Amino acid sequence: MRWMLQFWDSTIGKKYVMAVTGVGLVLFAVGHMAGNLQVFMGAQVFNDYAHKLQSLGPLLWIARAGLFTMAVLHIVSAVQLTMRARAARPVDYVKRESQIATWASRTMRVGGVLLAVFLVFHILHFTTGQLHPAFSKGGAYGNVVIGFGNVWVAIFYIVAMTFFGLHLYHGVWAGVRTLGVAKPNPNPMERKLALGLAIIVWAGFIAVPVGVLLGIVD
Amino acid sequence: MSGAGTAQPMQLTLNVWRQKSPAEPGRMVKYPAKDISPDMSFLEMLDVVNERLIQAGDDPIAFDHDCREGICGSCGLMINGAAHGPMKLTTACQLHMRSFKDGDEITIEPWRAKAFPVIKDLVVDRSAFDRIIQAGGFISVPTGTPQDANALPIPKPDADLAMDNAACIGCGACVAACPNASASLFTAAKISHLGVLPQGQPERSRRALAMVARMDLEEFGGCSLFGECMAVCPKGISIDAIQRMNRDYAFAMATKSDAKEWTGAA
Ligand code: HEM
Ligand code: FES
Repeated sequence: MRWMLQFWDSTIGKKYVMAVTGVGLVLFAVGHMAGNLQVFMGAQVFNDYAHKLQSLGPLLWIARAGLFTMAVLHIVSAVQLTMRARAARPVDYVKRESQIATWASRTMRVGGVLLAVFLVFHILHFTTGQLHPAFSKGGAYGNVVIGFGNVWVAIFYIVAMTFFGLHLYHGVWAGVRTLGVAKPNPNPMERKLALGLAIIVWAGFIAVPVGVLLGIVD
Repeated sequence: MSGAGTAQPMQLTLNVWRQKSPAEPGRMVKYPAKDISPDMSFLEMLDVVNERLIQAGDDPIAFDHDCREGICGSCGLMINGAAHGPMKLTTACQLHMRSFKDGDEITIEPWRAKAFPVIKDLVVDRSAFDRIIQAGGFISVPTGTPQDANALPIPKPDADLAMDNAACIGCGACVAACPNASASLFTAAKISHLGVLPQGQPERSRRALAMVARMDLEEFGGCSLFGECMAVCPKGISIDAIQRMNRDYAFAMATKSDAKEWTGAA
């Protein structure tokens, strides 16, 4: 097991940790997004679904612990790699032009920080309710409708999920490459995979606040 | 050079990093570069500017160069924010002034990385690359009578891949262009060049462990898959090499019982 600690000490090891935890978080995000879409099937279906999740008991806590661990590992490696990159260029250029780096790749760090802020807000908003104006335990549907009744909150969710889409567009492509499982190809498959996944996750997540804003969900 | 007499001379301004020694602080200084032929190479243009500086009793601008034909990897300049300047697949020495417009102001800076400290002006110390090579960028073979060329069959795609990666001239543009100042493309090219050939197999795992450890020790940044290195590489080396390096490194870490020895970790 000692090799794992040693692996973690290397830049490549930290990238593997980012990529593996990233894959885990992506899988969660896809599931979460799909679950959310049940809000369009009415209060009954959505509340039942939420209730089912809540009644998982110990399983729910195992899932939460797993997600929390993955998020912490992901963020710790991101912070360490960022600090390392900063230190690697103590004197910056007067002029440096980006060549082919995508906007998504260049906003990984700032977007990641926004996502961290978002996650804290999101949990205090819809899970524990402290930041919700009229939180009702067991009333998930009503919580969503009232929560997004505040336009600014809805906009914050939409902006955060747009950065999440960008994060995934670069992250999924980078993760596949970091793990070394991409097939060498001038027109890489994983680019299309990343784009498709990013669009699906982005659209699926923003559908809910947009639906409330448009009065489709009420 | 035909056309040298007909081409309009260019009037340029250079904005150049000047730094007397590693210890002294540097600064950007502007110089006129008058009557420059568009047919000159970028380094010839600097030669002309330097001759005028010398005639005026000033210190010429120090820059690295050797072959001037794009094969040695000595030259390395950040030109207008791009490593080796605006031409793809081209070293600074093979860049021509016709790539610029009359009246242009050209910003020229040294490679910027903690691992590449400035020695003087535009000259940086790239011996960190040599130390990465020393760590494992070789194969141990008995030198003696050469064996028959056909004794070791190598599939054509493998030979091609090895050659593509062997094209690396170690100029350091990848580090210079990388927002993280990462040496991943350089190290990966060297690991891939040897790692796909039969001669490179016995030391493949050790090579990955030792070279990556050295790369980290030299305080280069990690890879974020920005792709900037590949865009400026004068030899067009693909970031495919980096995933190969990652795979070799992770596999070696997980399978070699003596991994610690090769990474030199405490
Ligand atoms: C919550 C706060 C988050 C922060 C601060 C963060 C930060 C980052 C940063 C800085 C990178 C680029 C690392 C580098 O190469 O330099 C990255 C990569 C990545 N992120 Fe995140 N991220 C967060 C959340 C997420 C979430 C929720 C997911 C998925 C659901 C995710 C998926 C990924 C993936 C797949 C990668 C690519 C890994 C690689 O480059 O190999 N991230 N993250
Ligand atoms: S001087 Fe040799 S590659 Fe430019």
